[in-house]
Amino acid sequence: MLSALRSLWIVLKHMFHRRVTVQYPDEKPYLAPRYRGRIILSRDPDGGERCVGCYLCAAACPVDCIALQATEDENGRRYPEFFRINFSRCILCGLCEEACPTYAIQLTPDFEYGEYDRQNMVYEKEDLLISGEGKYPGYHYYKVAGLKIGGKDKGEAENEDEPVDVHSLLP
Amino acid sequence: MIVATYSILSVIGVLLVASTIAAGNIWLERRLLGLWQDRYGPNRVGPFGILQVLADMIKIFTKEDWIPPFADKPVFILAPAIIIFTVLMSFSIIPAAPGIGVADMNIGLLFFLAMSSMGAYSIVLGAWASNNKYALLGGMRGASQMISYEVFMGLSLMGIVAMTGSFNLRAIVEAQQGLWNVVPQFFGFLVFMVAGIAETHRLPFDIPEAESEIVAGYHSEYSGMKFGMFFVGEYMGITLISAMITTLFFGGWLGPVLPPIVWFLLKTYAFIACFILLRATLPRPRFDQLLSYGWKVMLPLALLNLIVTGGILLAIQ
Repeated sequence: MLSALRSLWIVLKHMFHRRVTVQYPDEKPYLAPRYRGRIILSRDPDGGERCVGCYLCAAACPVDCIALQATEDENGRRYPEFFRINFSRCILCGLCEEACPTYAIQLTPDFEYGEYDRQNMVYEKEDLLISGEGKYPGYHYYKVAGLKIGGKDKGEAENEDEPVDVHSLLP
Repeated sequence: MIVATYSILSVIGVLLVASTIAAGNIWLERRLLGLWQDRYGPNRVGPFGILQVLADMIKIFTKEDWIPPFADKPVFILAPAIIIFTVLMSFSIIPAAPGIGVADMNIGLLFFLAMSSMGAYSIVLGAWASNNKYALLGGMRGASQMISYEVFMGLSLMGIVAMTGSFNLRAIVEAQQGLWNVVPQFFGFLVFMVAGIAETHRLPFDIPEAESEIVAGYHSEYSGMKFGMFFVGEYMGITLISAMITTLFFGGWLGPVLPPIVWFLLKTYAFIACFILLRATLPRPRFDQLLSYGWKVMLPLALLNLIVTGGILLAIQ
């Protein structure tokens, strides 16, 4: 009986406590930069697409919401012909971001992309690509990779030695 | 003619006020629960969210009113009407202020007790007609809870009747001019308060409903406005019990400075807030705990209160 009265008093005192509710649409909560929200495709510092169409994100995706087709331009640089994410399936797990070898696919702190029409939840490459570099400024895959593309030969990447002529190593 | 017009007007007035207060209580409860749980509750629709009730009303009125094919149709339809009927009938004897009120009955208190007993039919019939085992369990619990708590409810008020010498509620209020009944009849008040919660099957004594145990208890099968009637009936029941506590123990409309009706409403709302605080705080007891508490604590307390009151009254004479 006494404990019941005590509980009543404790609950009554909560009248003077601060309310914990965040009045969401009026008052946006702080979301960390690494919050897992809407997926984007980032670009190189020079504006080229970072995505090289390796399919690792599509393979990692547990709900199979990523579809893409890789192709190559005249310089031998790989890029996705189309890149499609079905956000009505996406569970925002971030495994695609972890799988991406070129930091191209990234998750952002935006979650307000509700639609009235389910079809509109399917994002094409134009919808996904952003103009900036996302979370990894300055990173340029082709500048650090040893791959030869048009305008960049073997040995011209950052921190890369000249290719060794293996025949010269013969005894 | 004027008398007839006045009484018709007061009937309509009490009907409107009772149902408005019941609807307002839904909003009040949600806001107060929010306040005591460090959140806001409905605050979007209209000023302070007060139009939320209206939105809910529109929603519940337009919902499909489904009667299960296995239900006993006439009884199923009748049951929610009974609770509204009995509670609204009880409102007719509430003396809100001098000159305001529907009926000035000499047996007002007995009428109230009779009507609250009739309310048990609503639960039992609704549960039985639903033809659902959870509803039946809820109805069974409701029947035994309400019938056993009626005993002490009635007995706890007999002290007041003995002191006032009347069953008339206006006479009871007027007899409290010097001292509110809550002082000499404190134990009667305690018993009546607890019995009132059990009678309206409010939390923490919402054992007939017990949504965490038996789905929704006696109204498991109800939907649409039939469920709404049970719901509104419950809130009107809270208002009724609060108004009765005010009338019987806290001097009804009596009070300084402010007009009588304001005093009555203030006191009633204080008790409604008490009911909501109880809901916010206490967990639901087990069914057998509730009944043994009733018969082993409440009944002896009510009887003792009555005997002592009677003894003192005899000694004074």
